[in-house]
Amino acid sequence: MQPNRLDQGGLIDRGRPLQFTFNGTAYLGYQGDTLASALLANGVKLVARSFKYGRPRGIVGFGAEEPNAIIQLGRGGETVPNLRATQVELYDGLEACSVSGWPSLDLDLTSLFGLVGRLLPPGFYYKTFMWPRRFWMAYEHFIRKAAGLGKAPDTADPDIYDKLHQHCDVLVVGGGVAGIQAARAAANAGARVIILDEQTQLGGMLLASHSEVNGMPALDWVAGQISELQGHARVTVLTRTTAFGYFDHNFVAAVERRTDHLGLSATSASRQRLHRIRARQVILASGAIERPLVFANNDLPGVMLASAVQAYLNRWAVAPGRRLLLVTNNDSAYQAALDWQTAGREVVAVLDTRPGSNGSLPKAAEAANIKVYRGYGLVEAKGGKAVAGARIASLSADGQSITGAIQELECDLIASSGGWSPVVHLSSHTGNKPRWDDEKGAFVPGNSLQNFLAVGASNGEWNLKACISQGYLAGQAAARAGGFDSVDLESPVVNIKETIESAQQAVFLLPHEMPTSRAPKQFVDQQLDVTAAAIELAAREGYQSIEHTKRYTALGFGTDQGKLGNINGMAILANALGKSIADTGTTVFRPAYTPTTFGAIAGRDVGELLDPERYTAMHRWHERHGAKWENVGQWKRPWYYPQAGETMLEAVNRECLAVRNSAGMLDASTLGKIDIQGPDAAEFITRIYSNSFLKLEPGRCRYGLMLKEDGMIFDDGVTACLGDNHYLMFTTTGGAAAVLSWLELWAQTEWPELQVYFTSVTDHWATTTVSGPKARQVLERLGTDIDLTPAEFKFMDWRAGTVAGLAARVFRISFTGELTYEINVPAHFGRYIWEAVYAAGKEFDITPYGTEAMHVLRAEKGFIICGQDTDGSMTPDDMNMGWAVNRNKAFSFIGKRSLERSDTTKGNRKQLVGLRTQDAATVLPEGAQIVNSLNETIPMRMQGHVTSSYFSPILGHSIALAVVKAGLSRMGDTVYCPLADGQTVAAKIVPSVFYDPSGERQNV
Amino acid sequence: MLQIYCPYCREMREEEEFSYSGEAHIKRPDNPEALSDEEWGDYLFFRKNPRGLHCEMWQHTVACRRYFNVVRDTVSYEIHETYPIGSQPSKMTDAALGSTD
Amino acid sequence: MQKYSAFGLLRHALSHHENWPAAWRSPDPQSNYDVIVVGGGGHGLATAYYLAKNHGIRKVAVLEKGYLGGGNTGRNTTIIRSNYLWDEAAQLYEFALKLWEGLSQELNFNVMFSQRGVFNLGHSLQDMRDIERRVNANRLNGIDGVVLNPAEIKEKIPLLNCSQSSRYPVLGASWQPRGGTARHDAVAWGYARAADALGVDLIQQTEVTGIRVVNGNVTGVETRRGFIGADKVACVTAGNSGVMAGMAGLRLPIESHPLQALVSEPLRPCLDTVVMSNAVHGYISQSDKGDLVIGAGIDRYNGYGQRGSFSVVEHTIQAICELFPAFSRVRMNRQWGGIVDTCPDACPIISKTPVGGLYFNCGWGTGGFKSTPGSGYVFADTVANDDAHPLAKPFSIDRFYSGALIDEHGAAGVAH
Repeated sequence: MQPNRLDQGGLIDRGRPLQFTFNGTAYLGYQGDTLASALLANGVKLVARSFKYGRPRGIVGFGAEEPNAIIQLGRGGETVPNLRATQVELYDGLEACSVSGWPSLDLDLTSLFGLVGRLLPPGFYYKTFMWPRRFWMAYEHFIRKAAGLGKAPDTADPDIYDKLHQHCDVLVVGGGVAGIQAARAAANAGARVIILDEQTQLGGMLLASHSEVNGMPALDWVAGQISELQGHARVTVLTRTTAFGYFDHNFVAAVERRTDHLGLSATSASRQRLHRIRARQVILASGAIERPLVFANNDLPGVMLASAVQAYLNRWAVAPGRRLLLVTNNDSAYQAALDWQTAGREVVAVLDTRPGSNGSLPKAAEAANIKVYRGYGLVEAKGGKAVAGARIASLSADGQSITGAIQELECDLIASSGGWSPVVHLSSHTGNKPRWDDEKGAFVPGNSLQNFLAVGASNGEWNLKACISQGYLAGQAAARAGGFDSVDLESPVVNIKETIESAQQAVFLLPHEMPTSRAPKQFVDQQLDVTAAAIELAAREGYQSIEHTKRYTALGFGTDQGKLGNINGMAILANALGKSIADTGTTVFRPAYTPTTFGAIAGRDVGELLDPERYTAMHRWHERHGAKWENVGQWKRPWYYPQAGETMLEAVNRECLAVRNSAGMLDASTLGKIDIQGPDAAEFITRIYSNSFLKLEPGRCRYGLMLKEDGMIFDDGVTACLGDNHYLMFTTTGGAAAVLSWLELWAQTEWPELQVYFTSVTDHWATTTVSGPKARQVLERLGTDIDLTPAEFKFMDWRAGTVAGLAARVFRISFTGELTYEINVPAHFGRYIWEAVYAAGKEFDITPYGTEAMHVLRAEKGFIICGQDTDGSMTPDDMNMGWAVNRNKAFSFIGKRSLERSDTTKGNRKQLVGLRTQDAATVLPEGAQIVNSLNETIPMRMQGHVTSSYFSPILGHSIALAVVKAGLSRMGDTVYCPLADGQTVAAKIVPSVFYDPSGERQNV
Repeated sequence: MLQIYCPYCREMREEEEFSYSGEAHIKRPDNPEALSDEEWGDYLFFRKNPRGLHCEMWQHTVACRRYFNVVRDTVSYEIHETYPIGSQPSKMTDAALGSTD
Repeated sequence: MQKYSAFGLLRHALSHHENWPAAWRSPDPQSNYDVIVVGGGGHGLATAYYLAKNHGIRKVAVLEKGYLGGGNTGRNTTIIRSNYLWDEAAQLYEFALKLWEGLSQELNFNVMFSQRGVFNLGHSLQDMRDIERRVNANRLNGIDGVVLNPAEIKEKIPLLNCSQSSRYPVLGASWQPRGGTARHDAVAWGYARAADALGVDLIQQTEVTGIRVVNGNVTGVETRRGFIGADKVACVTAGNSGVMAGMAGLRLPIESHPLQALVSEPLRPCLDTVVMSNAVHGYISQSDKGDLVIGAGIDRYNGYGQRGSFSVVEHTIQAICELFPAFSRVRMNRQWGGIVDTCPDACPIISKTPVGGLYFNCGWGTGGFKSTPGSGYVFADTVANDDAHPLAKPFSIDRFYSGALIDEHGAAGVAH
């Protein structure tokens, strides 16, 4: 039984009944219903309790403007909070419940707040809860309990979302009659067109009306045009798609709900899709939203927009009541009364605030024997949990005061209309301010920075015939602006019965016999319980800018973003201040037009696709050998390779000792590699690095420090001279991309006269580093035609040759301090050479080692890691690396001048030193702060911090690198590290090279 | 969401293909050592940061990797023109910029 | 000033709230002031308040081109913390945090400072080193801070994805329990009301169009309503600092960028603290109204448009969905942008200038809101004494010549 369902009419399929539940009660609706239309069909009036006062609330609108009917859909991980019942398409098995009301919607104890509502004016929380001083957290705990609408899911989203990047000549936002004409005209002129609409089908307001065009129902008239668009090769029609944001350079973001009308979660493919649309021209045909009138108790269930009554009747064949009382300040709303009567229901009366109207619709209403009270207002709605009647009174000619006695009328439905508000949201996203048009009684789009045209109701045009021609002309104009010549210049011939429409009256708040401050609540923003009295209070307290008023009262901050309330609120403020609406300000809308699913905005770039994972050619081998991973930039690098039963420390110690005592192998493929060529390559590198590369000969390598122009270390690495005018620069793994851009910046913008070219070859080469005293023997076993004798292949040499049958480049550089060969082969041989090295090294017990062991080994040698031992505030001298700076170069290399500034030359800068803990077994935490004395009180004078710290298995004690103020002149001093756990570790300042200080081991 | 014309690729491309690289037409001093700390600090850190037309550099990072200049309005975000490194903005923009340095 | 209290509320309720006085006057400008503060945001209003209260300078005007608190004060994500890395910054922000702790009572206006704690997540070994370093430094500076492991984090933030198999797993976090959030508008309004009560003229809708300098000393400002004389002019115009400096022939090492933020629809309480992640670029808290308040990264290009690029919003929401996979089905309600003036070292400038009687307080980047009381306090002191407050000294403009930068990029909360 659907008591409010009409026997015929509507765009619903009575042959497809659908079951659903609301707050646990089962109901039936039809295919084509929204949850709201189905609830109204079933006579459900109470759908929510208000947020502040717990007042009963019903459905007001029929689309994006709905402030009250906010529901929670479904349960568990698939639940969706805060949907508007008016926009939820009904499907079989749908489960929904209210997001408010405790313990139940019907018996809501929070409504007790309503009884003390007078104690809760806007801003009351700014004036209270301040004592005792520490108690705000306790107050807040209870305030938060009352906050919020629906519940977030508590598990991960099971659905996926995707994105399409769209380009078109003309984007038409809104598939109403104006938008359809625009799309047709543009497409016919040769433009590629996208037309989108948030509803299930195109047609816009025609879906809810009985207008006629060319002697036929308007909906039938556009049906042919819609199928023409759908079949057009240059036109993409997107329904269930909301353009929610309009961004710079004609970029529009729109979300398509692909499966929400079928069920809670998508059974296949994506649930929603984000269309990222770049359009040459945008046509906004987004329609208008009716504005309610504000009167006392206007929030009772059973008070609706006139347009909503009309839409429920005509589109969904639902009459949400029996006896309608309509109140209006304009002609258009009369159509709702006429339709209501046509549906066989009683129109109690129409209250028209205007003294008179010559319009066609009012005349038609009177001709249909509808009782019209001219010059009347609705003073107050009556009823408990639903409308039962209304108090009415005659008004002064301007509609601002009551002139006659109060009368009472009985009714169970009140429809109101205060005129229409064009949907100017998208146009204002781009920074243009809507302009108040007194004649239209509405904000219309202002001047724009973007290439868009607003047409139809969204431009304040209410006449159907005018909307049709405006749309068509805009479509042509947009196509022409995009370079397409129109083929048919005539707009379509339409024949619509001419009507006369009288002007609406500038009435927003209907007067009550008591002043606003004392009248029963007159709601402006129902979702946030903002009343007319609240707005007047804000003005009284000095919150007179519209932005202050909105922020003080929360007007417009709901999930409907004030689609119904903002303009009424502004008008009430203007009245309180004695200003015009235009002088009171404008209304700025932000994206999103309607709330938009985070998942859809994120798209596929979540989970493992959040950021690409980069693997070396040897990745699977590491995986198979049990590597634990370290993320280094996007790269996955083996961190260490634990064997069965080993702790991390045991594994790292084993790996370190293997390198020191025999041989280890490291996958160094991730280091950045930039191929540099050109006659000026050496000069360029010498300008970029702190040292000189002018005399570097083919076959030789040199370590370099790269500084930013502020003198601070930015990156480091070895550069090899591959041949005349040809170099290979190694960078840190994380710095590779930034270094390449840095080189290009200088080469292209500052020194274009230098002939030098860069190619990133990081991914082209796989690097297997063999390190340890047995490294040479491993290479011999591996088989190479390179002469490995120390005299022929020295430290800091590189050689090309054949290794294990592959063409390879072998670099004798070392980050461990041991004899080291870095074997580079084309990446697709990486796995092969790695396994070959592993096999050749077997008799030396060659041990794969990861980044952790690498860090320990290099720290034993005092080698820095950029980004760990430096932090963007360290100069080469700070790192005790003055040896890598050549101050005598002819060219003032990048960063050099900054090294001479007063702060960079001062005496007590932090300098890199070593630390030895008093207790050899204690490993300092990296990041521990250093003080000179424990006798200081907080704040203590910190001298520096620990940058690197490990247990050195070869030395049998802990080692640390640290930066300490003037540390190089403080060798032997004892310093202290007070730790977070309350302990303090004493340590002695020592040189930063702990192992093989003379560097003999890498030179053998 | 900017859409930028790359003067090398000769196409309008999405902002995400590019990297912003700061104010354009800043010449590195020929002889840094001759500058005072103040003059050097000026070069290092002080920028025009205009409210209005701004000459700036972008790099077409994911494509040709070329740096180029853009005249963009920092309020409207409208791009007036893009032009290669080493050249100057057109006379029209020049007039709008109100300076020629 | 009529004192706000629960009893006052009751009394006014009985008269239907018809007799509430205005929170501040709307005076016409006088011809001359001791100090003109340019910019009626939180910092400017706080500066005026402390000039009047701490220094007895009551002939003060605040000139605001729009409405009070209409710039970044009303646009930020309201996070308050003091766990900065370097001593200079940490001490300044901690000074501000201590003022926050008594601010509602000081101003007799509830700014709803909610000390719900702030988490900075670490996702790499280097993140964790940096977190250790920062927390250790904080503790020795007298600032609360703890390093937590993933299990401890999960206990406090149940919906956070602490899976070690995620792309960039949470390895740990720093936690500052005294950090939290406040109600941004209330800060501006509270200072405005308290300053007004001390005689400060708050003059809205009055844009400064020029700074008059005679013989190297400031004499007043040109405005849309004519010239207003002043012995001292203090500029606190975030988002417009460079333009203001230009009026006095000065340049600043500042670039202005869009910074975006967004909120979800209101939800029942599901996040009781503030969570920030530098590595995946997002930060989030839940307002008392129930909205998830989410901050995005800074847009790279210069911009005064109070809006940025959608791709930044996309990246931010990706980060939030990664950190909180359950929020993927939650919806974005509103998204907006502010203009942040950023210095090369992500620290502010609180400084005298070469022009006598002209002072600048700017370049707070993303750190402005949390510093509001401290910034106003030390700036008022600097203006009143024509000498930098000890906490303000390191933030002079001279550091960009000497090289004594205070590089807080790591702690500034967003990737610059």
